[in-house]
Amino acid sequence: MSIFDIVQYTIHTLARRKIRSILTLVAMAIGTLAVILLTSLGEGARIYVNQEFQSLGSNLVIVMPGRSETTGAAPPLLGETPRDLTLRDALSLKKHRSVKSVAPVCFGAAPISFNNLEREVSILGTTAEMYDIRQLALAKGQFLPSVDPELSQAVCVLGSGIAKELFVGKPALGSWIRIRDQRFRVLGILDSKGRSLGLDLHETVLIPVASSLSLFNTESLFRILVQARSESECENVKAFIKRQIKIRHEGEEDITVITQDGVLAAFNKIIRALTLGVGFIATISLAVAGLLIMNVLLISVSERKTEIGLLKAIGAPERQIISLFIVEGVTLSLLGCGVGIVSGCSLVAILGAIFPQFPFKIVFWAIIGALLLSFFSGYLFSYLPAKKASKLDTIIALSKR
Amino acid sequence: MIHLDHISRIFTVGTQEVRALDDISLDIGAGEYVSIMGPSGSGKSTLLNLLGLLDRPTHGIYKLQNEPVSSLDEEQQARIRREQIGFVFQFFHLIPRLTAFENVELPLSLNGVIKEERAQRVRSILDSLGILDRASHRPDQLSGGQRQRVAIARALVVQPAMLLADEPTGNLDRRSGREVIDILEDQNRKGLALIVVTHDPDLGKRARRRIRLEDGQIVQDIRNDQTLPLEQ
Ligand SMILES: Nc1ncnc2c1ncn2[C@@H]1O[C@H](COP(=O)(O)OP(=O)(O)OP(=O)(O)O)[C@@H](O)[C@H]1O
Ligand SMILES: [Mg+2]
Repeated sequence: MSIFDIVQYTIHTLARRKIRSILTLVAMAIGTLAVILLTSLGEGARIYVNQEFQSLGSNLVIVMPGRSETTGAAPPLLGETPRDLTLRDALSLKKHRSVKSVAPVCFGAAPISFNNLEREVSILGTTAEMYDIRQLALAKGQFLPSVDPELSQAVCVLGSGIAKELFVGKPALGSWIRIRDQRFRVLGILDSKGRSLGLDLHETVLIPVASSLSLFNTESLFRILVQARSESECENVKAFIKRQIKIRHEGEEDITVITQDGVLAAFNKIIRALTLGVGFIATISLAVAGLLIMNVLLISVSERKTEIGLLKAIGAPERQIISLFIVEGVTLSLLGCGVGIVSGCSLVAILGAIFPQFPFKIVFWAIIGALLLSFFSGYLFSYLPAKKASKLDTIIALSKR
Repeated sequence: MIHLDHISRIFTVGTQEVRALDDISLDIGAGEYVSIMGPSGSGKSTLLNLLGLLDRPTHGIYKLQNEPVSSLDEEQQARIRREQIGFVFQFFHLIPRLTAFENVELPLSLNGVIKEERAQRVRSILDSLGILDRASHRPDQLSGGQRQRVAIARALVVQPAMLLADEPTGNLDRRSGREVIDILEDQNRKGLALIVVTHDPDLGKRARRRIRLEDGQIVQDIRNDQTLPLEQ
């Protein structure tokens, strides 16, 4: 019997038991759908995080005070606290040729006021280079001027949310606002679509870094953002920063330097593992569907004893009977898987249309995996019923009507 | 063609042994017309199943076309069944979801005959049995006689060397029964060996060779070379 004849025969058989076939098919379809949906959610989450990181600025190396890496060494001696990360430290990082720009960041909270309106906001002290590094956009006016970073200047740039609240429609540019007891002139207003991981710049006032250090009466920077000239230079820059700061800090490695790529790679790894795990759990439902197929086939075998006996009598060898039932099981499971793939992909497309901000992404290997798994599940679980059918006693099967 | 040498078939039920066939030796030539008769439980069906390679003897040697076949493996026996042996059963055993055409086509598919040739052979056999107009009917849309004719067509379509029929008229009225016998004898005249198990003495008498079984043994084996005309 050619495979074509077998398939045709199988289709005849399945068509005669529509409801049962469809129910089994649905079980396999749901399993497949779960695999596709869950993996595309996972992949979507990964892409989402990646996009967020991209918005942080590209080729970014972030320097933080203090060591957060665990080295396994003895705990530091009592009284040893990490040295401050100073503005001079930051400026010393500009020397390397792989460094494109450096933006020191000082961060704190302070009350600001205009006319009689007052509120507590985040104050971010930085330099003009922040604008490019973080890919900010202005709604009005201009950004902090590129001057000597050690120079205090009484100017500020407002987050869009604050500008709206303080100035309610009135022109803000050129006005003087008060931060604590110091006066700052408004130079510009950030665009409202500026959205970044970690910091919400809507509710932030940006001032020159030197001004902020004196405002908070500190030497210590919160972060230094360093932009490398290219992705390949990030590691170079990272090594340079470590060396440089170590020299400046009397041989102590008391900073943490992370590259965006490093963090991203770690994130990707974690989320990929999660997606794989969730996808794997979903494949259990494929195995359950396989069991259902086995059940249906076992019923089919006992219902079709006479037919099996007849096939053997007219010369079908046992392996032919086995292949008939395996093809039946595999056809059921592959059809179910096909339905699952189509409905899974449509569902992902629909979800993508409903939640456009979340990047649902169908994972190609999940489809291949689901197909392979449903094939093997169908194959393995039909083997037992097929074997049972092939071993049926022909004479007994034919002696009853 | 068929050579049985001291064949026994013993069934063990619990501790009890049933000798369904007890030391049978028998030769049947190509193109013979044999009827097998005997009381119920005498081993007629067991003998037929054995001849048709659906069963293996407990003792003895079965040679088909001079080749010992009882010791062949399952796959080889299946091959002989699909190429040389046709079965006709009392209960027809047509596959209910397939049409008459598809039922008859099945043995050809098993033999790997290509589709075009299959269609042509099925058509011609259905035509010669007078049921071509029923080709697309399913078994439940056919009368008993028509069903048995489809079953006979299925047995004949591979052009076997022998046709084994276990009470082929047992489930038919007299008229359909006669028509079926007519068809079978017609095939026999064209050279097909015909072995019919029956309880019907009138039918049994028609065969040129009549074998009588009792308790698994051949108690009578007579030849009668004149063929009776079909009574109307
Ligand atoms: N599978 C089996 N297991 C045990 N005993 C069996 C089996 N098949 C047949 N027998 C026994 O073998 C003997 C012969 O059976 P067989 O079916 O050949 O009889 P038969 O001549 O065809 O009878 P009938 O005319 O009723 O069809 C009977 O005693 C029967 O009980
Ligand atoms: Mg019988």
